[in-house]
Amino acid sequence: MADFGAWVVPLVVAAIVLTGFLHGVPVFDTFISGAKEGLRSSIQIMPTLVGLIMAVSMLNASGALDLLSAFLAPVAHALGLPSQVMPLVLVKPVSGSGSTAVLTQIFSDCGPDSFPGRVASVLSGSTETTFYAVAVYFGSVGVKKTRHTIPAAIVGDLTACILSTLAVRLFFPAG
Amino acid sequence: MNDLLNYLWAFLIFFSVLCAAATGRMPQLSAAVVSGAGNAVTLVISMTGMMCAWTGLLKIAQEGGAAKALARALRPVVRRLFPSCPQDGPAAKAICMNITANLLGLGNAATPFGIAAMKELKKRNPTNTADNDMATFVVVNAASIQLIPTFLAALRAQYGAKSPFDILPAVWLTSAGALAAGLTAAKLMERGRHG
Repeated sequence: MADFGAWVVPLVVAAIVLTGFLHGVPVFDTFISGAKEGLRSSIQIMPTLVGLIMAVSMLNASGALDLLSAFLAPVAHALGLPSQVMPLVLVKPVSGSGSTAVLTQIFSDCGPDSFPGRVASVLSGSTETTFYAVAVYFGSVGVKKTRHTIPAAIVGDLTACILSTLAVRLFFPAG
Repeated sequence: MNDLLNYLWAFLIFFSVLCAAATGRMPQLSAAVVSGAGNAVTLVISMTGMMCAWTGLLKIAQEGGAAKALARALRPVVRRLFPSCPQDGPAAKAICMNITANLLGLGNAATPFGIAAMKELKKRNPTNTADNDMATFVVVNAASIQLIPTFLAALRAQYGAKSPFDILPAVWLTSAGALAAGLTAAKLMERGRHG
């Protein structure tokens, strides 16, 4: 599977540049203008991440994160998740930057290639900030009664929780 | 939403101090305040290169017509998911553009298209209650359908993952399963009610 992962990125990069070139896109100029947008959003996200990573580091250093994980261990067990991943499950639906902060904590504690590290990676790659999406989209049109939206979205999130462990076991049987 | 984050952040800070006081870990906590803030900056700066490279490539893909081709390929899917949207109407078009931007991981572009789509859907629904199409649309946006989670891979690389993209197949499988479950739940729950 590592081989497959190694092929995806170079192939995607080559395909993008080649298609752009064949369509007469000034590829380098376009790349630069896109990269500038990336730089801008990186700088914009920095203050948010400073605040959240600081809070999560404090939570971890004080022992509160361990306490929380231990407290949620039964829930983690029911979902088949490693207990270290539980804080991510709680934060992800509410805040994208918050979940990045929690993810960096899991990576530095367990390592990105450990079992909890991989499950956390898959979970954060396969779930979105559910409540944020609901608030933004319904808020933008003044819809108050969202009917079955939230229950259905939560069914999706719970499915991701259960599938992430299974998928990591399937694709990384040794780890 | 911002209110919630304000409360949450304050709670995290107070709770940490309380916990550290109870467990005698004040020195560690004190170090964490300094290092946490510093780590965030180091992290963002070291990931900026990869993020710039990716947004640059995506720009080429957009200009080269990849986004248009993807939007065209999505049209039959959108027709099935949103049966009451007129085909090629403004709502269906905005939904297509939103899903395309989400697939490519263009979060900043996806939100404006998504809000445009909601406004189009709202035109035929004067109430303050969501209709089935609105619910389905938000369920799709509450699931992650990004094909190549670059930020995640950059973060993994930053923490020394041997092959940062090796989780891709697992992410695809999980995302697809979660989206299918969410949509099925939405379609089952919308039955028997107005909408």
